Amino acid sequence: MSAMQTNFKLAWRNLWRNKKRTLITLASIFFGVLIATVMSSMQEGSYTSMIQNIVKFYSGYIQIQHEDYWDNKTINNTFEPVDSIFETVESNELITNYAPRLESFALASSEALTRGSAVIGIDPEKENEITGLGKWVVEGEYLRADVDHVLVGSELAKYLELGVGDTLVLLSQGYHGVSAAGKYAISGLLRFPNPEMNKQSVYIPIRTAQQLYGAPNRLTSLALMVEDQYDLEKAIEGLRQKVGRPYVAMTWEEMHPELLQMVEADRAGAVVMKAILYILIGFGIFGTILMMVAERIREMGVMVAVGMQKTTLAMLLFIETILIGFMGVLAGFAGSVPVIAYYFNNPIKLTGDAAATMEEMGIEPYMYFSWMPSVFYNQVITIFVITAIIALYPIISALRLKVHMALHA
Amino acid sequence: MNVIEIKNLHKTYNTSQVAVKAVNGIDLSISKGEFTAVVGPSGSGKTTFLNMVGGLDRPTSGEVFVDGVNIWELSSRKLIDFRLRNIGFVFQSYNLIPVFTAKENVEFIMQMQGWDAKKRFERTKKLMDEVGLGDRLSSRPGKLSGGQQQRVAVARALASKPKFILADEPTANLDSHSTENLLDIMERLNMEEEITFIFSTHDPRVMKKARRIVTIEDGKILSDERKEAEVAH
Ligand SMILES: Nc1ncnc2c1ncn2[C@@H]1O[C@H](COP(=O)(O)OP(=O)(O)OP(=O)(O)O)[C@@H](O)[C@H]1O
Ligand SMILES: [Mg+2]
Repeated sequence: MSAMQTNFKLAWRNLWRNKKRTLITLASIFFGVLIATVMSSMQEGSYTSMIQNIVKFYSGYIQIQHEDYWDNKTINNTFEPVDSIFETVESNELITNYAPRLESFALASSEALTRGSAVIGIDPEKENEITGLGKWVVEGEYLRADVDHVLVGSELAKYLELGVGDTLVLLSQGYHGVSAAGKYAISGLLRFPNPEMNKQSVYIPIRTAQQLYGAPNRLTSLALMVEDQYDLEKAIEGLRQKVGRPYVAMTWEEMHPELLQMVEADRAGAVVMKAILYILIGFGIFGTILMMVAERIREMGVMVAVGMQKTTLAMLLFIETILIGFMGVLAGFAGSVPVIAYYFNNPIKLTGDAAATMEEMGIEPYMYFSWMPSVFYNQVITIFVITAIIALYPIISALRLKVHMALHA
Repeated sequence: MNVIEIKNLHKTYNTSQVAVKAVNGIDLSISKGEFTAVVGPSGSGKTTFLNMVGGLDRPTSGEVFVDGVNIWELSSRKLIDFRLRNIGFVFQSYNLIPVFTAKENVEFIMQMQGWDAKKRFERTKKLMDEVGLGDRLSSRPGKLSGGQQQRVAVARALASKPKFILADEPTANLDSHSTENLLDIMERLNMEEEITFIFSTHDPRVMKKARRIVTIEDGKILSDERKEAEVAH
């Protein structure tokens, strides 16, 4: 047995000298870790589902755009996708789907009335797969790729006094200043959870949009979906290696910085709660270590007297303190893993007002849990840091030990 | 050759009100194989003196040479290592690491000295036999009597093959039977293996066993008597 193994053996046995005290300390860490992991899992689960909902609905996780488009969203900053882009996207295993879009503005008019609108040219089939656009159709029918019809937001239609089957006139400026004008039959009306969208949206098949804007084959963006949000980084890495100028690949985080900020703010709030929890636990551990050191001063004196280096003694006490934290974390995980596993597979169905609001917004009213690794390793890091800080006390006590005084204790 | 040479040793403790001169000028030489008792009334400075000789408490002034090494000139790490390899200790009580078995307590010293496992075990067995506890290798200190614990402490002190063994009132917490037993073991080790012992005591029966008695009072040597007769006998 090596000296280090002996140190571990000594630390381990010392830990169980006062079983009751060690168990109480472990129990406090157990509950802290259990609460913190389950809470984090719930939090991350809800962020994931929120991000999924929003990202799916609006932008996709990644968009390929012309490099100038994001800063200056005009029809002139569109791009004509070369085949290699589609090849890159299709060959990237992490990307599960993609949808081309051509978005711009237009004056939308009926015979008597006119209003500004956002025109979004889409591939009806792909768009429906990705964003589920079809489910917002409240009257009439969804688009077909080969028919020059449009879908109009319900509020916009109401303002223009138009209904299904009526004709909508779109007037705008096209690619490089050509004039853009077209007349389209309304195939259906859309009602989104977001009122702004109801007041502005006009969806038309992408080919129709390209004709209207005099921009054949051009896109403002190619929206990409990944299966798992956490694959995003890998997916974008793969893309960025292959998609070069003038194209750029943007992530949802870059396109929705406010969403990211919201998540970060919420996380920060939870961090404060967890910090309080861990500080309480930390004081509990500290109390235990304080008593442990006080009880063992004489013994420490004997060990150093007979020839143990103070640094070795300090190491021993460090191991002991870290071991307490480590076992507490393991116990906590043993408790939280089954809980998280269960709720991961059986998300909690929400009821009441919150659930109703979510349903109206087209979000399934469930509380999701996350298996994200950070849910776990954050607790490991936290407990390690706490115990390492607490271990300073026994370490300093060992290094400053006055043997003859300790023997007197 | 003198194993220990002590020159003009002083120790002053500065307490809040007064400076206590616990040891006030001691010169002493101890040669290999001596069996020396340090005696004196309570507070006379025995513990302070032995701690300075053993490298546990730094003298205010004076020098301690062990086998020619001026121990208080060593760095604190080197001094600890010096103790490990040259000095055996037996304290009054609670000598042992309670979570280690008797065997582990003895082996521990040799492990710190870097012995390999096989040699460690053989020697531990031998030492435990010598102190009459060959059958209690795997007992923890809590399961041993006070006398047995002190005997394990002697075995541990021997484990380092020390130049001398320092024992501050090793029998103070023992009954008369255990006291006698421990002293017999110490005496035998001294006679048969020429182990140098220095121990302090209050107990007249223990003093009687010593072949040299150094009496201290007020931090000074009052008398230093050798019982040559008993060596001859
Ligand atoms: N750490 C210390 N701080 C202050 N004074 C001390 C300290 N250690 C010992 N003393 C004082 O030094 C003197 C000698 O003490 P020491 O313990 O060496 O005596 P002793 O002969 O071992 O006594 P006893 O027989 O009671 O064990 C005493 O007056 C004691 O109060
Ligand atoms: Mg004393």
